[in-house]
Amino acid sequence: MNINVMFKKKKPKQEKISPGLQPQDPHRISKEISTNGSPLIRMEAKELTVKYGTVTGVRNISLPIYNEKVTALIGPSGCGKTTFLRALNRMHDLTPNATVTGEVLLDGNNIYVPRMNPVTIRRKVGMVFQKPTPFPTMSIYDNVVAGLKLVGIRNRALLSEVCERALRQAALWDEVKDRLGSPGGSISGGQQQRLSIARALAIEPEVILMDEPTSSLDPLSSSKIEDLINELKQKYAIVIVTHNMQQAARVSDNTGFFYVGDLVEFGPTDKLFTNPSHKRTEEYLTGKFG
Amino acid sequence: MKTLRQRNIRDYIMVSLLILSTVLVLTPLLIIIGYVVVNGIGAISMDFFTQELGSPARAMQGQPTGLIHTIIGTLVVDTIGVIIAIPIGVGAGIMLSEYPEHKLNPLLRVLNDTLNGMPAILKGLLAFALIVRPMGTFSGLAGGIALAFVMIPIIARATESALMTIPWSIREAGLAIGLPRWRVVLSTIVPAARIGLVTGFLIAFARAAGEAAPLMFTSFGNNYLPTHWTGMILGPVDTLPQRLYSLAISPYSEWHTMGWAAGIVLLVFVVALFAGAQLLTRKKAYNT
Repeated sequence: MNINVMFKKKKPKQEKISPGLQPQDPHRISKEISTNGSPLIRMEAKELTVKYGTVTGVRNISLPIYNEKVTALIGPSGCGKTTFLRALNRMHDLTPNATVTGEVLLDGNNIYVPRMNPVTIRRKVGMVFQKPTPFPTMSIYDNVVAGLKLVGIRNRALLSEVCERALRQAALWDEVKDRLGSPGGSISGGQQQRLSIARALAIEPEVILMDEPTSSLDPLSSSKIEDLINELKQKYAIVIVTHNMQQAARVSDNTGFFYVGDLVEFGPTDKLFTNPSHKRTEEYLTGKFG
Repeated sequence: MKTLRQRNIRDYIMVSLLILSTVLVLTPLLIIIGYVVVNGIGAISMDFFTQELGSPARAMQGQPTGLIHTIIGTLVVDTIGVIIAIPIGVGAGIMLSEYPEHKLNPLLRVLNDTLNGMPAILKGLLAFALIVRPMGTFSGLAGGIALAFVMIPIIARATESALMTIPWSIREAGLAIGLPRWRVVLSTIVPAARIGLVTGFLIAFARAAGEAAPLMFTSFGNNYLPTHWTGMILGPVDTLPQRLYSLAISPYSEWHTMGWAAGIVLLVFVVALFAGAQLLTRKKAYNT
C-alpha cells in the first residue's frame, strides 16, 4: 500500500500506543531495522548537542544513518533539523560561537576528534543546499568537476568521464550535454539544483546530506529530484531535511521527527507516519501544529 | 495622519534637497576643472607632450619645453605602486572578509584603517627611511612604494566589501565538496567578485595618482628624462602631482602656466580612471 495514501488517511485513535521505541536508544532501532534489510550503519550521531553561544540548537541527539537508505528529518521550522544536518559534515566549524558536543561516527570514527580533518570528512559526506549554488563564474562542466579539478586533478579524460557519470546520475546529462561550456547559472533553477547534486556526486562521497533540496523548486523539478533520490539510495546513504511531509513519506526509509531541538521520535517511515509512538509526532503529522 | 497632498509636498521637498546636495557636490568639481583648464590650456602644445622641461631658461626664452618625462615618470611610479599594492591589498582584504574569526583579523582591521587615515606625507617619510636612505638616492622605486602605502588600505577595504557581496552559500557549497578554505576563496569567491576588485584597484590607483606628498622625499622629481630607462626606477623621477607643485611655487610665470597644464593632464588621467571604474560598476549592476 502506498505510504502516501496511508498518510492522508485519518488515523484511528486506537493506533496510538505507548512509546515502545525510545528515540535515544539507537541500538534498539538498529536491531529492529536489521531484521528486514541492510543493517550497515554508515553514520551515527551519539548524544550530539549543538549550541550557538548559549542558545541550544539541538540537544542530545542520537540517530543512526543507514547505508543505502534515505533518512528524512522532519519537524517545524527552527527545531534543529538543519543544525543537526550541518553537524554531520562539520559545517558548524565556520559558524562563530557554534559549539558541538557529543560524537558523530562516520564508519565508526568520530569526526569531531582533533586529528580528523574537516576537508577529508566533507569529501566523504557531501551536501546539497536549499538553494541551488552553482559557482557563479564556472561553466557547467567546471562546476561538476570543481571538487576534483581544484584539488589538482588535471587528467582531462578522467575529468570528462567523471563529469558525464555525475551528470547522468543526477539525471541532468541529456539536458546539458550539448552545452557543458555554458555558465552554471544559465540553466533553470531545477537544473541548477541537479547540477549541485552532480557536483556533490562527482567526488564520490559515501553520504549525501540534503537540506530541503526541493523547497525552492517547482513541483515538476521537485519530483525529478525525488526520483533521483530514489536512484541514488542504491549507492549512497542519504539524509534529507524536508518541510514537505508527503515528500518524507515518499522518499525516505527512516524518519526522525525534531521538535524544539529534541529528536522526539525516530523509526521506519511507514511506522512513524501510520503509527507514531509519540503524541507530539502524531499531532504534527495530522497538522495540529507546525 | 497626513493628507495625500501634504505627503506629496514632503516628497517634493525631500527630492529638491537631494538635488540641491548633488549640485553642491558637483559645483566645486566643475569650478576646479574649469579654472585649471582656463589657466593651463595655453601651455598645451605638441612640445608639451614631446619635450623635457629642462632649466627655467628654456621656458623664458621660448625654447621647446614640455613634460614628457613627467608623464612617463608618473606612469612608471604609479605602475610600481600598483604592482606592489594589489597583491598585498587583496591579501589583506581576503583576510578581512574570509577569516573573520582569525585572531589577527581585528588587529589587521585597526591597522588598515589607521594606515588609510595616516597623512600621506608620513607614508613618504616611511618610504624615505626604508628605501631612499639605504639606497642613497631618490628613486622611482621609493616613490612607487610610498604610493603603495596609499593604495594598500584602500584596496584592502574595497576587496573586503567586494568579497562580502558574494553570498555565504557559495563558500559553503565549495567547502561541502571538500575543498580547502583558501581554495574556495581563490577559485570561486575571488573570480565572482572580480569586477568589484578591479573597481577597487581603479579607485585606489586614481587616489594615489593624485598624491604629491608621498613623492616629495621619494621619487623627488627631475627636470630631464633619465639617460637610461633604469634611471626611471633607480634614480629620481618626475611625477605629475609633485611637478605641478614645484612648477606652481617656482618664480616663473611660464612655469605657472605649465603647472596648470600639468593639472589638466593629471585631471584627465584621474577622471579617465574614475570613469573606467564607474563603467565597470555599472556593468556589474546589469550582471546581477
